[in-house]
Amino acid sequence: MTTVVKPSLTPRPRLTPSAAFAEAHRCLMCWDAPCIRACPTAIDIPGFIKRIAYQDDRGAARVILEANLLGDSCAHVCPTSVLCEGACVLNDVDGRPVPIGRLQAYATSPVVQGGVQLFTPAPATGKKVALVGGGPAGLACAAELTLRGHEAVVFDAAAEAGGLNTRGVADYKQPRSAALTEIAWLQDLGVAIRHNTVVGEDVTFTELLDGFDALFFGAGLGAIPVLGIPGETLPGVEDALQLIEAVKSGATPSDAFAGKRVIVLGGGNTAIDAARLAVRLGAARTVVVYRRGPDEMPAYHHEVAEARREGVAFSFWSAPHSVVGDGKVEAMRCRRTEPGAPGADGRPAVVTSDEPPFDVAAAVVLRATGQATRQSLLAELPDVATDGRGRVIVDDEQRTSQPGIWAGGDCVNGGKEVVNAVAEGMAAARSIDEELRR
Amino acid sequence: MADLAVNICGIDSPNPFWLASAPPTNTGDQVARAFDAGWGGAVWKTIGEPIENTWSRYSSVDLDGHRMMGLNNIELITDRPLETNLAEIEAVKSRYPDNALIVSLMVESTREAWQRIVRQAEDAGADGVELNFGCPHGMSERGMGSAIGQVPEYCRDIVGYAKEVATKPVFVKLTPNIADIVQPARAAKAGGADAISLINTINSITGIDLDTFAPRPTVAGQSSHGGYCGPAVKPIALHMVSAIARDADAGTVPISGIGGIATWREAAEFILLGATTVQVCTAVMHWGYRIVEGMIDGLSGYLDAKGMASVNELRGRSVDRLQKWENLDLNYVIKAHIDQEACIGCGLCYIACNDGAHQAIGAERHGDRTRVWIKEDACVGCNLCSLVCPVHNCITMEEQETDHESLTWVDYSAGKGTLEPRPKHGVTITAE
Ligand SMILES: Cc1cc2nc3c(=O)[nH]c(=O)nc-3n(C[C@H](O)[C@H](O)[C@H](O)COP(=O)(O)OP(=O)(O)OC[C@H]3O[C@@H](n4cnc5c(N)ncnc54)[C@H](O)[C@@H]3O)c2cc1C
Ligand SMILES: Cc1cc2nc3c(=O)[nH]c(=O)nc-3n(C[C@H](O)[C@H](O)[C@H](O)COP(=O)(O)O)c2cc1C
Ligand code: SF4
Ligand code: SF4
Ligand code: SF4
Repeated sequence: MTTVVKPSLTPRPRLTPSAAFAEAHRCLMCWDAPCIRACPTAIDIPGFIKRIAYQDDRGAARVILEANLLGDSCAHVCPTSVLCEGACVLNDVDGRPVPIGRLQAYATSPVVQGGVQLFTPAPATGKKVALVGGGPAGLACAAELTLRGHEAVVFDAAAEAGGLNTRGVADYKQPRSAALTEIAWLQDLGVAIRHNTVVGEDVTFTELLDGFDALFFGAGLGAIPVLGIPGETLPGVEDALQLIEAVKSGATPSDAFAGKRVIVLGGGNTAIDAARLAVRLGAARTVVVYRRGPDEMPAYHHEVAEARREGVAFSFWSAPHSVVGDGKVEAMRCRRTEPGAPGADGRPAVVTSDEPPFDVAAAVVLRATGQATRQSLLAELPDVATDGRGRVIVDDEQRTSQPGIWAGGDCVNGGKEVVNAVAEGMAAARSIDEELRR
Repeated sequence: MADLAVNICGIDSPNPFWLASAPPTNTGDQVARAFDAGWGGAVWKTIGEPIENTWSRYSSVDLDGHRMMGLNNIELITDRPLETNLAEIEAVKSRYPDNALIVSLMVESTREAWQRIVRQAEDAGADGVELNFGCPHGMSERGMGSAIGQVPEYCRDIVGYAKEVATKPVFVKLTPNIADIVQPARAAKAGGADAISLINTINSITGIDLDTFAPRPTVAGQSSHGGYCGPAVKPIALHMVSAIARDADAGTVPISGIGGIATWREAAEFILLGATTVQVCTAVMHWGYRIVEGMIDGLSGYLDAKGMASVNELRGRSVDRLQKWENLDLNYVIKAHIDQEACIGCGLCYIACNDGAHQAIGAERHGDRTRVWIKEDACVGCNLCSLVCPVHNCITMEEQETDHESLTWVDYSAGKGTLEPRPKHGVTITAE
């Protein structure tokens, strides 16, 4: 029996100057550094770390932000242990990689959160680019275009931009307010944002394609689809993403689940985030129900381990059968599953067993089974090809099959990290810039 | 346990670890606490005519986060009244009869002044005196300290004045701010010195406040050059100690080695190059008297491991290993060897050899790692890669079989012997 740790509610504090200095000096300044290769935005990691070591903090921030304009968010929300820090050669020395993420935050936060501008946009080109979606992909693309002298206008359906970085990321990594301050910094740089503007409703693609010289599509993914099981409409069954958003905005109180039993359906990072949030909302017991085993979970192992430390339980090889309750959720009825023959993706297929279903008592059921792609929106762009799973197909410069339209972020990669969305957005901006200057 | 007791020019000390004349020996209370901690001897902070110090007086150089790699000071000799110092010296000596207590002296360059202070120190019970010819700042402007140490004739004459009245051994502390340290050492011997202490501090300016442009240590926006000491100066001190130890004339005088000693290892190095005792200042200013415990344990453990019963067996063992360059073997061939199991793929050896040496290391991506290898035919065995590699013992320098007998430059330039073939530099560049 492991002891349950008290879950943290706030992000890790900024490193003190002495700690940053000491940690920065641990970096070996590798040649062809593996940490850079592991960063989707290829930040010159030893370059910025040595600037911290040599007491040029602004220079460090510049190196980071030049490669990754959302470097302050990434410093806080990146799964560094599977990216840069996972690749650090010091893992092989003593298992203690350079804390790259925290050093990055040390450099970027005073600049981005402090509203300090380091960059001056290039002379105006007179070209205009429309960005559909103001999540990390759209914002990064828009900011890079702005620096290259183009007028970038972001259209976002929501009242606040930032996409899932503002509305989805766990508060103990980065609170909503920090994401919004970063967006204000980007606006100060010259990025224009049209909030509350749904492309396809308030403005059409045709209007955008006519009025702008290029278009970037970065609308992310959609809601978590209903499972279509009996009882799913009972009060107490919620979309995990909506819950996360409501808690982050303050609309749902921080003790909403006090004393309640909570079930989370799914095995990805959203499921783990939702379970850890349930713990923070006071849940008496939180169980993640997943239809495969621990090794098949798409969620990061370190996040799963953290969830366990916080007291989250797991019911593996269990598939939702129905939600049971009289006017409200009382239990989740599940069926045992077992691994079948490996499917095309190499993972074993899920076979439902003949055993009778079993009930897990619960007052809340959170659906966290994966977001849908934006099929209906993409249907309005018939020449933009998508793959079998509804993801936009792009080339190595983020160009879609329709000339003049680029795409990046979750809508292309099917749902990765903020840093991937930023990398793709910035790559698209470089390609658009080249195209517009032709 | 090996015996650490030493005797230097007649003075017994329970171990070779002494405090150098400096702030750690400012007062009787401090020296008493140091002896309690285990220090074998102490050289009292230099006494002389009354002076006043500036307030701000130390500055340092940090390296990669390590504090005080080098320490700089613009402090003068003691600023306490002579009578107070003498009374405390007497008190300490009577309480610690078995520890070595030397008193450092500096006065104006007259026979009277030097003889008066030597007598006062001896009357207070000092086991010996140390003539400070080393201080390179402040006092030197007044014709004392390094102003004496830099002129061999002055050294000789003043040692002579002291020896005329001294009944206890006379140490002479030399300044490193001189082209050839052997000259003042010989002069000190000619004057009758019983032992030589070195080095004192090196003229230095440690840095400048980049906001105010004021050099450090800053005294109301101004500064003055100071004296440099600490780990950074050890190599210079070792060289100077060895130069005296190897000199046929000065080399007969016992040496108290000083400069950058912080652990038993540096102490052992000084002893290997001929020192009988060693003196410590900066490391104690940094860590306190307690470091002597590790020095005692470390040195005796080392001697035990070497099968030596006494530290005296260690003394001078490396002196003859220093040669003129022209006597070194040009046919001693070594090449770098990388332990691929230990390698973490940082690529530092590659970039060091490629940009800073002989283009003798290859590197390529191997999966998500960097793989490096030695190009045997290009490696000149310079050691650089083994110096930059962050992993202990990952790059070792391996001696190679050779086809030819050893060969010195002396013989080779006289047309004798055959030189082992040398590697060619890697890449040839053309004008196009
Ligand atoms: C619960 C959760 C937690 C996460 N935690 C992390 C984490 O800790 N670290 C990490 O790196 N990543 C995390 N991610 C993933 C990360 O948030 C996403 O990969 C990233 O935000 C994707 O960026 P994007 O710009 O592609 O899409 P999104 O962030 O989804 O942004 C899309 C934007 O498009 C807008 N939009 C959509 N349709 C329209 C329309 N028709 N018209 C106008 N605007 C439209 C939306 O309002 C939104 O602002 C998490 C994701 C989830 C779901
Ligand atoms: C391996 C090596 C070889 C050197 N060779 C020479 C030389 O041939 N000529 C010279 O004037 N200085 C030579 N130097 C001294 C350097 O030019 C420089 O003055 C010295 O290293 C101090 O500078 P630094 O410690 O800041 O690098 C050499 C230094 C090193 C480390
Ligand atoms: S891998 Fe680690 S040690 Fe090497 S450059 Fe990157 S952070 Fe520094
Ligand atoms: S010993 Fe010198 S030449 Fe040989 S590989 Fe190492 S750095 Fe290069
Ligand atoms: S310096 Fe050492 S650890 Fe780094 S690549 Fe070279 S051999 Fe490997």
